[in-house]
Amino acid sequence: MPIQAFLGQLLLGLVNGSFYAMLSLGLAVIFGLLNIINFSHGALYMMGAYVAYLALDLLGLGFWWSLALAPLLVGGFGILLERLLMRWIYKLDHLYGLLLTFGLALIIEGVYRYFFGVSGQPYPVPDALRGATDLGFMMLPNYRAFVVLASLIICFGTWYVIERTRLGAYLRAGTENPMLVQAFGVNVPLMVTLTYGFGVGLAAIGGVLAAPVIQINPLMGSNIIIVVFAVVVIGGMGSILGSIVTGLGLGIIEGLAKVYYAEASSTVVFVIMAIVLMVRPAGLFGREK
Amino acid sequence: MNKTYVGFAVMVVLGVVAPYTGAYPIFLMKALCFALFACAFNLLLGFTGLLSFGHAAFFGTAGYAAAYSIKSWGFAPEFGLLFAVAIAALLGWLIGSLAIRRQGIYFAMITLALAQMIYFFCLQAKFTGAEDGLQGVPRGILFGYFNLEDDLTMYYVVLGIFLIGFLIIFRTVHSPFGQVLKAIRENEARALSLGYDVDKHKLLAFVISTALSGLAGATKTVVLGFETLTDVNWPQSGEVVLMTLIGGIGTMFGPVVGAFSIITLQNELADKVGSWVQVIMGAIFVICVLAFRRGIVGELGALFSRKKAGPI
Repeated sequence: MPIQAFLGQLLLGLVNGSFYAMLSLGLAVIFGLLNIINFSHGALYMMGAYVAYLALDLLGLGFWWSLALAPLLVGGFGILLERLLMRWIYKLDHLYGLLLTFGLALIIEGVYRYFFGVSGQPYPVPDALRGATDLGFMMLPNYRAFVVLASLIICFGTWYVIERTRLGAYLRAGTENPMLVQAFGVNVPLMVTLTYGFGVGLAAIGGVLAAPVIQINPLMGSNIIIVVFAVVVIGGMGSILGSIVTGLGLGIIEGLAKVYYAEASSTVVFVIMAIVLMVRPAGLFGREK
Repeated sequence: MNKTYVGFAVMVVLGVVAPYTGAYPIFLMKALCFALFACAFNLLLGFTGLLSFGHAAFFGTAGYAAAYSIKSWGFAPEFGLLFAVAIAALLGWLIGSLAIRRQGIYFAMITLALAQMIYFFCLQAKFTGAEDGLQGVPRGILFGYFNLEDDLTMYYVVLGIFLIGFLIIFRTVHSPFGQVLKAIRENEARALSLGYDVDKHKLLAFVISTALSGLAGATKTVVLGFETLTDVNWPQSGEVVLMTLIGGIGTMFGPVVGAFSIITLQNELADKVGSWVQVIMGAIFVICVLAFRRGIVGELGALFSRKKAGPI
């Protein structure tokens, strides 16, 4: 195995890991406050990618515009979903949240399939990030490096806001005991809505970042969400840093699997999940309730 | 309890006369297979409180096992079905032992992820025929006597299989074992503190459910004569959830009603609206969760008992 190809796969794994990290982070934040596992997260990620595609195709707006536009549009759509549908089921069993968002995912995916079919749409790499940088031991594709860097900044930014700011303290308190926080005068329903919008926005940014490295297609959401569920089970949803580390780590492992035993690359995350369940059922960073 | 017996009698009579009402026999058989699948799924969701989002894995794997053993090894249909059920039960035991290590929402995610692993396995393995699936599986002769190539004979065999599966579930739910399952559904910690081995009960319920799901999947393969990746993929897992939800979670007849409703709907819509079927299924999910959580049978039951003004 030439070192070039090896490092190339490793980087590709890291890129995939960045998407896992951003999506599982969003899932964890949403679950913390809403007690809903957002099955439609993958579909919303797919919507983010399509915002980029359509903005370029219809309006001629490039990648950087999309990066700002997608989280606003898709996040706004998420807020609409939360206000109109999800708030009715907070008091019910968690399972209904999963079923409701599963139904939403089917609807979104079905609509996009109707308009775009199942074949992939290419999306160009933005001009500023074309080409590769010679690091001496490998050629580093600029765009891929950018994706990893951008998602790291976004993930750690999220971590900082939640763990180190006053707003984050409200959020953590709301996760712990929403009734009490509301009694202290914090507008919890508004916080819940904005949190959902934020989590969805993260997914949309992930979608835009993914657009130039994968083929955009309506099924990309359901393909990734199941892997992200496994990532969440492995990492446990208790810790934000845990979600980030687990996402990146599993991306790398998946990349390595592609190098050494390509047949296993689609299942390696699930196998790791099975092993973690046997050894440490609460997940690597989880707390057993 | 009496109501259940009346319901069962009505179901048997309907099942026996159905082929003479002009209904398309293949459609009836397919619907019966899905009805059994949904009933088996409901044993977990409705009577044990476990939401498995990966039941397609058992349904589909059993379908492959039946198709392969009948087509390539020349198994008689009864042995093909038995073999498939054994495979589904074994797989259920493996996946179940892992999944019951976590509760609630995690259980759903784990079953979904492990089922997707099975899907990728079926996609890559040699004996499943990958994208083509296994085609041209002969129905054969059951017990060396009943020629299943005849649609009417096949129909009554499928009806028999469905009724046997239904009675097994009925018996399980109404046994002391089933009462413990209900206790686990209502309050797992309390069931544990009362001295019940919760994990063992959950695992056994899981294996019974997966074995019967396998029976449903294998029977469907024998009826249709082919098996493809659709049956192991995640939308199939979602579909069985929807059938149970729309019919009524935790009711005896709900999954049967739900399965017939969904299969009918898909049959009617498939050539008219094309890919909008998925959107409609999603919309039914949303409506059921928001406004119709008791399902058809559950709502009817509630209406009935409200009129009589007594408890169920």
